[in-house]
Amino acid sequence: MTKAKIDGEACKGCGLCVGACPKKIISLSKSKINRQGYFPAEITDIEACIGCALCAVMCPDVCIEVE
Amino acid sequence: MAVFHKTKDLTSKPFHYCPGCTHGIVHRLVAEAIEEFGVSEKTIGIAPVGCSVFAYDYFNFDMAEAAHGRAPAMATGIKRVHPDCLVFCYQGDGDLASIGTAETVHAACRGENITIIFINNGIYGMTGGQMAPTTIMGQKATTCPNGRSGINGYPIKICEMLATQEGTYYAERVSTHNVKQVLNAKRAIKKALKNQIDKKGFSIVEVLTNCPTNWHMSPQDSLKYIEEKVILYYPLGIFKDKDAEVKNA
Repeated sequence: MTKAKIDGEACKGCGLCVGACPKKIISLSKSKINRQGYFPAEITDIEACIGCALCAVMCPDVCIEVE
Repeated sequence: MAVFHKTKDLTSKPFHYCPGCTHGIVHRLVAEAIEEFGVSEKTIGIAPVGCSVFAYDYFNFDMAEAAHGRAPAMATGIKRVHPDCLVFCYQGDGDLASIGTAETVHAACRGENITIIFINNGIYGMTGGQMAPTTIMGQKATTCPNGRSGINGYPIKICEMLATQEGTYYAERVSTHNVKQVLNAKRAIKKALKNQIDKKGFSIVEVLTNCPTNWHMSPQDSLKYIEEKVILYYPLGIFKDKDAEVKNA
């Protein structure tokens, strides 16, 4: 099954993937801060991911891979 | 099976753009389009001055840096010396629509066989949010704090203007405010590059993008602003396509 994978260190926490996800399973982390100082996006329920790659299409920093 | 992976035509260097800036999306679309044509080794890109001044660090092509606004002039020279290479300019609105208007218009009038990717976010991003020629009426900037009014003149519509020129082969305006529009933008960018490969002539794709930092909005709100306000002034669509004209004749 194809799933999205977010590179939490490259993410700038802009949240464009959050708005693009049709399953509403991406949210910005409330506890984790990455090395750049941003709250990275996280997939809250990886089982529900359908691998549509819409989050990856909207990611301006190309830090989402779907495989 | 990899459904989506980062194209090899983008380097591993992280973009310096602000969070939520859709410059990164357009970088990816251009790199993916060129990778899909299989001409990465024969591509020369021209980087502008503005936020995307470091574009040469992010694209895995041969890149050159032009003086402010002079990318189409530089592309003209490079294309004439290397007619087999794919030459594209990546320019912002402060670069193409302001200081570089002369170069852009005359490259179109001469019908140079180059491709221009024009990023229109309606503001000078790099210098801190001053009013650009493309700032829409009523939009606030540091040099028009009460919103652009008639005293500042009116926004310039590049695609409409270039569509009137005989030398322009293809002019289209696309946006990046949602997934559908991003996919449509990729189609337009591929068509503009294919026109050059087929030696058809001057092609320009204007991409409406956001500037969350200088518009003082969250990234999501800035995309909504494009959808609700910017598109009203800059309608999307094809303004000139000589392919269609040939078919209809």
